[in-house]
Amino acid sequence: MISVGVAVGVAVIVFVTALIQGLQSNIIERTLGTQAHIRLISPDEVNIVLPTAKGTLQLIQEDKRAQRLRSINNWQQISASLDQLPLLTAVSPVVSGPAFARRGEAVGSVALVGIDLARYQKIIPLKNYLIGGQLRVGAGDALIGSQLAKDLGVQVGSKLRLDTGQQNSAVVNIAGIFELGVRELDARYVYLDLKQAQSLLGLPGGVTVIDLRVADIFAAETIAGQVGRLTSLQAESWIKTNAQLMNALTAQSLSTNMIIVFVAISVAFGIASVLSVSVVQRTREIGILRATGATRQQILRIFLIQGAVFGLLGSLIGTGVSYALVWVFNRFGPGLFYIPVSSTLILVTMLLATLTGVLAAAVPSRRAAALDPVVAIRYV
Amino acid sequence: MSDNTREVLRLDNLRKSYNLGQPNEIEVLHGINFNIGRNDFAALVGPSGSGKSTLLNILGLLDKPTSGELYLLGQATSGMDDATRTALRGSSIGFVFQFHHLIQAFTALENVLMPLMLTRGKPDKLALQQAHELLAAVGLATFANSKPNQLSGGQQQRVAIARALITEPALLLADEPTGNLDTRTAADVFDLFRKVNRERGCAVLLVTHDPRLSASCERTINLVDGRIESDTLNN
Ligand SMILES: Nc1ncnc2c1ncn2[C@@H]1O[C@H](COP(=O)(O)OP(=O)(O)OP(=O)(O)O)[C@@H](O)[C@H]1O
Ligand SMILES: [Mg+2]
Repeated sequence: MISVGVAVGVAVIVFVTALIQGLQSNIIERTLGTQAHIRLISPDEVNIVLPTAKGTLQLIQEDKRAQRLRSINNWQQISASLDQLPLLTAVSPVVSGPAFARRGEAVGSVALVGIDLARYQKIIPLKNYLIGGQLRVGAGDALIGSQLAKDLGVQVGSKLRLDTGQQNSAVVNIAGIFELGVRELDARYVYLDLKQAQSLLGLPGGVTVIDLRVADIFAAETIAGQVGRLTSLQAESWIKTNAQLMNALTAQSLSTNMIIVFVAISVAFGIASVLSVSVVQRTREIGILRATGATRQQILRIFLIQGAVFGLLGSLIGTGVSYALVWVFNRFGPGLFYIPVSSTLILVTMLLATLTGVLAAAVPSRRAAALDPVVAIRYV
Repeated sequence: MSDNTREVLRLDNLRKSYNLGQPNEIEVLHGINFNIGRNDFAALVGPSGSGKSTLLNILGLLDKPTSGELYLLGQATSGMDDATRTALRGSSIGFVFQFHHLIQAFTALENVLMPLMLTRGKPDKLALQQAHELLAAVGLATFANSKPNQLSGGQQQRVAIARALITEPALLLADEPTGNLDTRTAADVFDLFRKVNRERGCAVLLVTHDPRLSASCERTINLVDGRIESDTLNN
């Protein structure tokens, strides 16, 4: 009976944890599906103030400098050395800058992104997002977002004039249309070949950003720090750029943990009260055991083991139930995301439930062991 | 259990008070002296409240006397710690109580094996064989796998006796073992005690209110108001 109580508790814990894990990893996956894990950009340009002679007071009125589009110095060497870092799984130099896209009377402001397609694919798998045409840049071919295509009324095969306002403009052929699922990106991104974008943006041979991908996404912030120091560039991890999202996720995890703790506490109290009743009910049997040579430790152990068994049995049933719940959710649920149930989660939960059982049994067990055999035998 | 002494129990001016140091302190045993030998078959009788159960609990090392000394198999027991007393109790003393105290979750056989399992862990072949023999000796060979609630009161009491004997104790203590049984079953159980005493050379001390039963014991110890009033050999 109490095992059913434990089972319900464990089922709730496993299901809620799996649900939240599934939800969070889904959100993160979606966020990172259209973002690099780390972006390396040139450090901001600052005013250089000459040091003054000792003893003089210097008053400075300083205007922050306007940040112009600038290439990363020595990006070839940096990129090559980053390629060697085992922490990084992909390195993709990118040049990007603003431009206008025209078709007839229609004008849209866009972000030109010049990429090395093979490298960039490892950062954002554009292939997965392609909804029309072919994945092709270079030789005057461009990929544009679905929203931009709609705004300008173009389709695959249409021509588009790109104008960067640097007396530079080019007509490109729309080779493919993609949909990242983020409206702003779909309305603004135009992917070009690295070379063509460099010349359009007036940065021949230069790149403005190096996109990086890491294996452990939650280590992105620390890796960003390391890479930043290594290259003396400004490194921004996805964790920093999505601070608000991360805050929300942390808060969510916190509340899940609270739920888990409270469920665990009530399960523990359930086990403890059942065992307390059982100690009273079995007072006479405890007395016989003591009279026939059972030591206090043996009595203690019997009840501790019983607590552990309650916990273990309950968690076995509970994980079974939660498996069923998760299966039902994945199969018939809203289908928004998939809930994985990791074996680690199950093992940890079972371990915790068993431990909770033992802890909960501690007080009643001690009471049982402390029973005076004379009193226990006379008990009716 | 060496046989170099004929003595199993020796009581030396044993006293017992309840609620020691409290205003309701009461002495129930006022200096008890007697011996029990290897083959004794003795009845402990006396009016209700005279201290029989109290005395029996002390003899079985379940309780401690307030003063005086209890020698079990020649060893003084007053200085022993709880673990030693438990071990000695487990190996040398068998208990049978008024209410057939069996563990309800265990079968008759498991109940009989319990004292061995407590000290030695999983029972071996020999122990199993011994338990079966004991169940046969108490006439319950076919009930080995029955649970206590499937047995009659007399049958349960016989299981309890078999359990008390599995450790081959030197002393069997029984507190009103037949008090809860009808006359016929009581006589059967009593005969069983006698058989155990004769065949296994195990000293038996049993508390009874039945004058016919105590009369058939070899020795009758009469306890009145916490004092031995008489200690007589019958026939
Ligand atoms: N735990 C206790 N605390 C206080 N007094 C007790 C306690 N146990 C027994 N007594 C008292 O000690 C006296 C002897 O009790 P005991 O149970 O030994 O009598 P008994 O001879 O076994 O009686 P009966 O034949 O009714 O079983 C009684 O007066 C009883 O009230
Ligand atoms: Mg009594």
